[in-house]
Amino acid sequence: MSSGEIFVVVFLTAIVLVIGGLLLGLLLAPHSTNPQKGEQYESGIPTRGTSWMQFKVGYYLFAILFLMFDVETVLLFPWAVLMKSLGVNGLLCVSFFLVVLVLGLAYAWRKGALEWK
Amino acid sequence: MLELTGIINWIHETLMANIPASWLVSLIEYVLIGAGFLALYAVLALILIYFERRICAFFQCRLGPNRVGPFGVFQVIADMVKILLKEIISVKHIDKVLFYSAFFIVIMGSFLTFGGLQFARGVHGADFNIGVFYLLAVSSISIVGVLIAGWASNNKYALIGSMRAGAQVISYELSAGLSLLTMVILAGSMNLSTIIEEQADAWFIFQAPIPVLIALVIYLIAGHAETNRGPFDLPEAESELTAGYHTEYSGIQFGFFYLAEYVNLFIIAAIATIVFLGGWQPFHIVGADGFNAVMDYIPTWAWFFGKAFALIFLSLWVRWSFPRLRIDQLLHLEWKILLPFGLFNLVLMAVWVIIFK
Repeated sequence: MSSGEIFVVVFLTAIVLVIGGLLLGLLLAPHSTNPQKGEQYESGIPTRGTSWMQFKVGYYLFAILFLMFDVETVLLFPWAVLMKSLGVNGLLCVSFFLVVLVLGLAYAWRKGALEWK
Repeated sequence: MLELTGIINWIHETLMANIPASWLVSLIEYVLIGAGFLALYAVLALILIYFERRICAFFQCRLGPNRVGPFGVFQVIADMVKILLKEIISVKHIDKVLFYSAFFIVIMGSFLTFGGLQFARGVHGADFNIGVFYLLAVSSISIVGVLIAGWASNNKYALIGSMRAGAQVISYELSAGLSLLTMVILAGSMNLSTIIEEQADAWFIFQAPIPVLIALVIYLIAGHAETNRGPFDLPEAESELTAGYHTEYSGIQFGFFYLAEYVNLFIIAAIATIVFLGGWQPFHIVGADGFNAVMDYIPTWAWFFGKAFALIFLSLWVRWSFPRLRIDQLLHLEWKILLPFGLFNLVLMAVWVIIFK
């Protein structure tokens, strides 16, 4: 049995799990409607205004930093697999790449981008 | 021997002998595989919830659930039935499409990761040649679901919880990825079967102790943070945010988040077991044939689940021993401690492989 087939089977099973669970829940659980029940739960106090608003920019900054390092990891994977055959030469080439990245991290650090404000 | 491969081959041969059409045999086998994964997924979640409640009780000098069935083992089943019977409240003012797709994506991420693991000799899910990469890729789908859940709920607690979860999980994913990358250097392959075969004589942690130990510690901390547990439970900090990103979910919808959270705990332990501690390989000492034969007698699935549950116990221990971090401390730990250490460890491992291999 090939991996692709198992992947498709697992994918479909996950769909069955969610839909089956939801249907079972809808079938077994009681229902009652009430104008207050559907309101957002904020510890019993009515919500003021919408929650779909601008949000703190700090999270966005970390997402950008994450993108930089995540792409780096992706680019390093092929080298990691072939590390043994590439040897010292490969390591030297990759360390140049790593130094550039560490410089990037050092820059972000120095600029205070890693501080939570 | 109590191996599972025998049972699998027996099922395959019985089906082949009794059903003439080969497509029907394949179809039945697909259904059996799906049912097997589903059963393992649910049973593992139940066992983990029981473990969590029981062990947490012992850490706090309580008894935990002990009334329903022997040692309270049926308590989790009762809880599961209860969660199915709870009303699914239809919340107003939400983004309906996103709201109902959130738990779907969360379950999808954890189930696909679960379907890429190796449980025993010959018993495994999808075994891609880029296995480690696949696990990293599909396990990060879940966070999209969490962000969607927080946004679609139109609830301030949920929004704050999901934003915290986003910042936390993506940050710690870097360290988890880097430590797995470090192990790929040692293994020379991303295929999980090959990685496990490489550890037949000695697990990776004994092959290159210093870099592997650093990578293991980094991976366990990062993995622990990715499951939003223990000292890293800011996204659902119940004293600040009621329940974080799943505040608005009720009944079985909440059950899906709960299920995914506990299975993710197992998945982190299972990946750590496969990549660092030899997967299902028994403990071998080179040269000691008698000892190795005794170790081989223990079935491989017992080795795998034994190691995985030892790591899970460690995770629970950490969870109930440390106070919750603040978000600045959390990001400080990742970006200023774990990430530089991870990059350093990557180079250390490369140098180690060049010198000793």
